[in-house]
Amino acid sequence: MPFGRHERIRFSKIYSLSCFRPSTKDEHGQIGQKGYSRVVYCNDPENPEALQLRYRGNYVSTTKYTAVNFIPKSLFEQFRRVANIYFLVVACVSFSPLAPFRASSILFPLLVVIGATMAKEGVEDWRRRKQDIKANNRKIHVYRDHSFSQSKWKDLRVGDLVKVYKDEYFPSDLLLLSSSYPDGICYVETMNLDGETNLKLKHAFDFTSSLHDDSSFHHFKAVVKCEDPNEDLYSFVGSLSYNGEQHPLSLQQILLRDSKLRNTEYIYGVVIFTGHDTKVMQNATDPPSKRSKIEKRMDKIIYILFTTLISISFIGSIFFGIRTNRDLNHGSYGRWYLEPTRTTALYDPNRPILAAFLHFLTGLMLYGYLIPISLYVSIEMVKVLQSIFINQDQDMYHEETNRPARARTSNLNEELGQVDTILSDKTGTLTCNSMEFVKCSIGGVPYGRGMTEVEKALAKRKNLGQGDANVGDDSGRYGDPSGSVGKGIKGFNFRDERIMGGEWVNESHSDVIQKFFRVLAICHTAIPDVNKETGVLSYEAESPDEAAFVIAARELGFEFFQRTQTSICLHEIVNGQKVDRSYELLNMIEFSSARKRMSVIIRNAENQLLLLCKGADSVMFERISKESKQPFEEETKNHINKYAEAGLRTLVVAYRVLEEEEYKEWEREFLKAKTSVSVDRDDLVDAAAEKIERNLILLGATAVEDKLQKGVPECIQKLANAGIKMWVLTGDKMETAINIGFACSLLVQGMKQIVITLDSHDITALEKLNDRDAIAKASRESIRKQLMEGRSQLDLAKSSSVLFGLIIDGRSLTFALEKGLESLFLDVAVDCSSVICCRSSPKQKALVTKMVKEGTRKTTLAIGDGANDVGMLQEADIGVGISGAEGMQAVMASDFAIAQFRYLERLLLVHGHWCYRRIAMMICYFFYKNIAFGFTLFWFEAHASFSGQPAYNDWYMSFYNVFFTSLPVIALGVFDQDVSARLCLKYPMLYQEGVQNILFNWPRILGWMFNGLLSSMIIFFICKNSTIHQAFRSDGHVVDYEILGVIMYTCVIWAVNCQMALSINYFTWIQHFFIWGSIFFWYIFLIIYGYINPEWSTTAYRVFIDACAPTPFYWMTTLLVVVATLLPYFLYRSFQTRFQPMYHDEIQRRRSEGGESGGESEVPDRVKERIDLLGERMKHSHREM
Amino acid sequence: MNSNAPSSTPAAAADLRRNSKRPRYSRFTQQELPACKPILTPKWVISAFMLVTIVFVPIGLASLFAARDVVEIVDRYDAECAPLGSRSDRVRYIQSAADKTCNRTLSVPKHMKRPIYVYYQLDNFYQNHRRYVKSRSDEQLRSPSNEDDTTPCKPEDDANGRSIVPCGLVAWSMFNDTYSFFTNNSQQLPLNKRGISWKSDRDHKFGKDVFPKNFQNGTLIGGASLNESIPLSEQEDLIVWMRTAALPTFRKLYGKIEVDLEAGDTINVIMQNNYNTYSFNGKKKLVLSTSSWLGGKNNFIGIAYIAVGGLCFLLALTFTIIYLVKPRRLGDPSYLSWNRNPGGGH
Repeated sequence: MPFGRHERIRFSKIYSLSCFRPSTKDEHGQIGQKGYSRVVYCNDPENPEALQLRYRGNYVSTTKYTAVNFIPKSLFEQFRRVANIYFLVVACVSFSPLAPFRASSILFPLLVVIGATMAKEGVEDWRRRKQDIKANNRKIHVYRDHSFSQSKWKDLRVGDLVKVYKDEYFPSDLLLLSSSYPDGICYVETMNLDGETNLKLKHAFDFTSSLHDDSSFHHFKAVVKCEDPNEDLYSFVGSLSYNGEQHPLSLQQILLRDSKLRNTEYIYGVVIFTGHDTKVMQNATDPPSKRSKIEKRMDKIIYILFTTLISISFIGSIFFGIRTNRDLNHGSYGRWYLEPTRTTALYDPNRPILAAFLHFLTGLMLYGYLIPISLYVSIEMVKVLQSIFINQDQDMYHEETNRPARARTSNLNEELGQVDTILSDKTGTLTCNSMEFVKCSIGGVPYGRGMTEVEKALAKRKNLGQGDANVGDDSGRYGDPSGSVGKGIKGFNFRDERIMGGEWVNESHSDVIQKFFRVLAICHTAIPDVNKETGVLSYEAESPDEAAFVIAARELGFEFFQRTQTSICLHEIVNGQKVDRSYELLNMIEFSSARKRMSVIIRNAENQLLLLCKGADSVMFERISKESKQPFEEETKNHINKYAEAGLRTLVVAYRVLEEEEYKEWEREFLKAKTSVSVDRDDLVDAAAEKIERNLILLGATAVEDKLQKGVPECIQKLANAGIKMWVLTGDKMETAINIGFACSLLVQGMKQIVITLDSHDITALEKLNDRDAIAKASRESIRKQLMEGRSQLDLAKSSSVLFGLIIDGRSLTFALEKGLESLFLDVAVDCSSVICCRSSPKQKALVTKMVKEGTRKTTLAIGDGANDVGMLQEADIGVGISGAEGMQAVMASDFAIAQFRYLERLLLVHGHWCYRRIAMMICYFFYKNIAFGFTLFWFEAHASFSGQPAYNDWYMSFYNVFFTSLPVIALGVFDQDVSARLCLKYPMLYQEGVQNILFNWPRILGWMFNGLLSSMIIFFICKNSTIHQAFRSDGHVVDYEILGVIMYTCVIWAVNCQMALSINYFTWIQHFFIWGSIFFWYIFLIIYGYINPEWSTTAYRVFIDACAPTPFYWMTTLLVVVATLLPYFLYRSFQTRFQPMYHDEIQRRRSEGGESGGESEVPDRVKERIDLLGERMKHSHREM
Repeated sequence: MNSNAPSSTPAAAADLRRNSKRPRYSRFTQQELPACKPILTPKWVISAFMLVTIVFVPIGLASLFAARDVVEIVDRYDAECAPLGSRSDRVRYIQSAADKTCNRTLSVPKHMKRPIYVYYQLDNFYQNHRRYVKSRSDEQLRSPSNEDDTTPCKPEDDANGRSIVPCGLVAWSMFNDTYSFFTNNSQQLPLNKRGISWKSDRDHKFGKDVFPKNFQNGTLIGGASLNESIPLSEQEDLIVWMRTAALPTFRKLYGKIEVDLEAGDTINVIMQNNYNTYSFNGKKKLVLSTSSWLGGKNNFIGIAYIAVGGLCFLLALTFTIIYLVKPRRLGDPSYLSWNRNPGGGH
């Protein structure tokens, strides 16, 4: 692919909320006016007017930085963080005499941190640049000087004539002139644009499709006037003037950059948009950046630390001011050795307030170690590594589609561990979205004997209700060898001996059956594709439903095998003979989600004009002819309802015979509408279509099954056990949705259902009156009433452990989401363990997500696979895309992509939990270690009359965050696990640690901070008291400033690293290596640094080798301090695991006691008990909320 | 562990691997590295506490014994060696040119084995003040070529327009009390003043060819003067003084007495009480001390060790009792901590 996947297509523009704004009529822009001003002179580079236009070239750059602006721009990005600005200011001030350290020792860690982040940015951008270079240097055949010659993509200009060969990418947006096919069609694969793998058909104008060879372009000249560059992939407004005639252009003639030419030898085209003007580049935009809750809270902690920093500096300054003032009192000296008479502003007893203020600035620098400078960069690195682990997880790799899980952003890893509500799409997410034709009703007779999964679940329910354990048809569809024909054919799972194998001719209404399957074989947009080697016919269809129909028709003897622009050819089996039949294709009225139907108009061999139509029952039945009473309309409706109950997707099939006169008249109108060049063209086409799609004659209905994905019920069960609430937002009918709900164990036996619907008699009665205001008012009232009822039901059941499920349909949802009812609806909904919203539109999906997110203020996760889910995915805190059959739009808009719904379990319960735990621990520990260190400085200050002299050598300090303590904490963030993946899945309740945020709540954060404070006190006071003024060696030397610094610093390094070792309970060699390595490195550093020239090493010169290492006192103090420092935490944890164990403590204990290694037998009961108990308690806690 | 992974034959796997995006298996990428997972079981908690006890109490006892063997004589003389009066009187006295000789008598409580270290101890003296610590020039101390490298030394950087060697407040305020020791029979005890500083300082931080210059020549006289004919590397009192103390109470080596002193001996000290600590209410003490393997008479570390060890013993005991009296029920749901604080922290 020419551009990396990081180029996120701005599908939000197309699919999310913005696309629902009604198209305004005043946008009706005429070509040549504002917004439609582009003029392209085709194949006319010398034209002075063309030269004047100066459109951009085809060179593209997707990099964030250029070589010139990399440094300033990335620096600017860095210093948008408050903490970094602080460090920058400190670094600047460090060159003044205010600084307590040497400037270099302040600059160094800042440079390391900034450098690491910039390097990361740079590497990412370099990758983008390499892709750009590759794309810009691709070869293309361009018409220059009367022949086609190879040129680079970047040299392409607007108006150039190009020739693109099979399987090449289009270098820019092109106008299709002609192709290797005589009728000027070509097939295009748009995978890079929208992820759809099916081929799309494009056709050129008749008058240009004759330009077949290179020489015919010698005199070709044309002018295209069209819209300005924009990001709308699904519309194009323009016109072509050629030979003095104006021709309207549509998307049919436009080939978009980054799509690929398929099944066509070559095409000729004219460049219309180049480079950044192309639609795909216009779509490229940065993904919306989401931040996790933990990070938001982390910012607050940083502010707390800043406050602490300011207050301790302030306290220090006050003391310093007082002390300084005392040094010169009425002409008599205090501390004469400081020479208070000959002084600077920094220490001037005559101006104590100024001195105190300057000291305040010094203090801000000195205690800067409270703010962990490397926190942000460490977290970023950790998250990237965590994402790699997610991407590398074999258990989330899907063999069939060859897709591993992908963390598209690493910002949200820990958020995965805190999901409270999952909002899920149904089709393609819970189900496979591989449609199988299972049943049909033709002429009022139902066919198809298979049993769907939903039906099985239904049967199970009924049987259980009767206390009968024997589940009905257990033979199943898979294990049945008699399904000979249907066996092994993808998309076809139909068994009925009455009509299969040509038997349909013997049915009483065989003519209806014939028409029925003809409609299925003709009325579609699929393209046949014959594999040359095997001769096997396959279909490229726009939707899996459609493919299922064509396949079903084929299996029943109506084999569609060829499509041209004007005809469709079938092999029909007539009396056992294969007969070729060709139908002249006159018009096609395409499917759209608004129309919910598609039609074709054909002329058959008998010269009869037919309109074949298939569509959703809601729109089809009103178009069925009322004049001639349809004999089996009622039966068909019944069948459709039954199919819906069985969780099947239904379509109604009908046809109509057209009169020649009527058709001619209609066609004129339709063509006019189709060729109109304006924004409301679609509306005109719809209106025209409306006129002919009426008085239809019913043939029957189809039912296709969308099978549940593997492992969905188990996964949902697990997630429910983990205390995650599940909302399903589906476009299905209520019955289908409820049944699917049961099939995937979203609804379970014994769960009370609260159903909210507007299908009551009052409303339907009002609807007949067609008074909109009255309907709305009545609907609102009705919904309020129903919600209130639900509320009281829930209140009644508060004490018992009855679970509730809420089911609401799309129309009710419209009202329930209004301001007045929203809070009531949410209130009822959050108390239900599962919620199903049926018949919901993409907009409603996004609105519901928004409501849940903002109403509960808890983490929401949206999961979906289709373009209609994009709004929802972007609205939710986390968007998970299923990389399935419906293309890549959802994946492009998502934060995580998985191949199957069932991987969500592992993604959340294992990776989510781990990442949450790791990040939470990591941040807590970060603050701990910096407070423990920073406060030793403060205690020392208290013994140095707050003069601002640091207790340690400058370089010890600057290496603190960079070398001595950084790697173990990164190891913690990347590798730590409280329990293994298997146990995470086995005890889903563990997940609640994240949902309830108990590893990162304020008591815990403050607890860690307090622990840091305590550690600093223990370290300082033990060191101080044990070294005080006595000799510390047998040769009589006393501890001085240099030695106390080394002793204290050694204690700090040991203490914080051992604290890490104590607080994690997962040691691989990596942890051991980093923790003990960091401590070891401190000694190495001390030795090396001590051997450097004393001008550089100053107070560290030979201090370890000569003074500290040989004396037992040094080692004894270290041991004493480290043990004493760890004691409070160890004691706390010992008591906690004994009296208030956390859930993971329990599981760890169980594991270590061997309960986990052997049998699974004894655990589940106990766990189940606990889950029940917890579930109940959680319900209460939600109510209290 | 990896129970969900689909199993496949090696041959098929090899075939797949060619164009498959299947993440490659390694214990590392699958986060299944062999790990040691210690948890705080009762056994571990008690053992850990006991281990600390077993290690710490003996160390503590040994330290205490070592400290007990050290004999230390501390004599505060700043009060007695100045005339009685207000603080300002004493300051005036110490700044005057009067003779400041002072006689002190020390008695040896126990046998003191040589070497006996002689320290002076100052109190309330902030050698760790930033202004003070920074006011020195290490470059100048090391090499005569850097003689004029006195910028950090302000305000004691030059006097009469010439650089001071050694410059800075630290050197300028050098301690200048002197002591000489006599036995009962007025025999002077030899005091070894060699080797009282760190060898690394003598060899590398103070130059052999750097001589004091223009020292104590300014308007204000601080502390001691230096013999301008002796190089800095041999001015051990200066070297000791320049190694600034960490805390406001500190001792510094003055010299070593290299004979044993018997219990009951009295030692007469004739001292010059020159140094002004009266301005800032600092105390001055003379200390004679022997040393052990642990250093000086340091009880704190021994007590701290015993305290921590004892505390751990108590804790071990407490936990043992708790576990014996009230053993944990397995799988008690009330142990799940978030039940007690519903809703989590928000």
